[in-house]
Amino acid sequence: MAAIYSLYIINKSGGLIFYKDYGSAGRMDTNDSLRVASLWHSMHAISQQLSPTVGCSGIELLEADTFDLHCFQSLTGTKFFVVCEPGTQHMEGLLKFIYELYTDYVLKNPFYEMEMPIRCELFDINLTQAVQKDRVALLGR
Amino acid sequence: MAPAGPRSGDAIFSSVERVNAELFTLTYGAIVRQLLTDLEEVEEVNKQLDLMGYNIGIRLVDEFLAKSNVSRCVDFKETAEVIAKVGFKMFLGVTASVMNWDADGTCCSIIMEDNPLVDFVELPDTCQGLYYCNILSGVIRGALEMVSMKTEVTWVRDMLRGDDAFELQVKLLKQVPEEYPYKDDE
Repeated sequence: MAAIYSLYIINKSGGLIFYKDYGSAGRMDTNDSLRVASLWHSMHAISQQLSPTVGCSGIELLEADTFDLHCFQSLTGTKFFVVCEPGTQHMEGLLKFIYELYTDYVLKNPFYEMEMPIRCELFDINLTQAVQKDRVALLGR
Repeated sequence: MAPAGPRSGDAIFSSVERVNAELFTLTYGAIVRQLLTDLEEVEEVNKQLDLMGYNIGIRLVDEFLAKSNVSRCVDFKETAEVIAKVGFKMFLGVTASVMNWDADGTCCSIIMEDNPLVDFVELPDTCQGLYYCNILSGVIRGALEMVSMKTEVTWVRDMLRGDDAFELQVKLLKQVPEEYPYKDDE
């Protein structure tokens, strides 16, 4: 009964470095999640080139009948995106918060190798807390 | 273009976690000492400090971007200002000033009057070639590389060598366009 179905983090070259799904809806196996990640990376890149607006930074929100996909790309090129229930609010805030968690618990971990899959327990713990529904509501204020 | 983010790092500085300045200064001193013992050559130590800084910079830049709320900089001038005013304040607790721009705006000096790294340091005669704070130049180079700017960062003035301030020269070598490594059919 989670509003968020899944969370992805893609490194600047398009590799999936983090994937987590929440709740039963939209669950995928590893291959599918890798496929979604690389598809999104390319679509995001193409959208930048196709966009009529100058300096477009790529798709931020994809709305479908059964899900919304919110994407945030940092200036360094790492992409964070969540797949969630249609109409879920405050996802931009959550993504920015996840970016902060990533800088704190992933990048500052001296044993984390840049651009490699994320296996950091502290990140997992803090992420779980952040994704809990009340937290999301809190971030939106 | 989006409006620039904060012009000063005071707000962020008061919200980030801090450590005791002496612990920081002494830890850095211990690192430099150890490198001198291990590598023996002053030149090698300079190189190693720069590399360590680079490795810090490529990670630190994301934290800076995540927590400082600065938006994309319009040009290199703005970038330099943001580093000196917001970045230095956020991570070192001091602000620096940007001066000595060259004509085409690709080379400038970041000048620090106050530098917490050198609080108790006196360079002995045996280490005259040492750039004690070389880690800082590495940090800047690494951080800028992650936002697609290739730079060259060198020390011009160093208080430990008797100058009146610390001066870092930051030179923009090239701006790597943010595009994907494929070519359009032409």
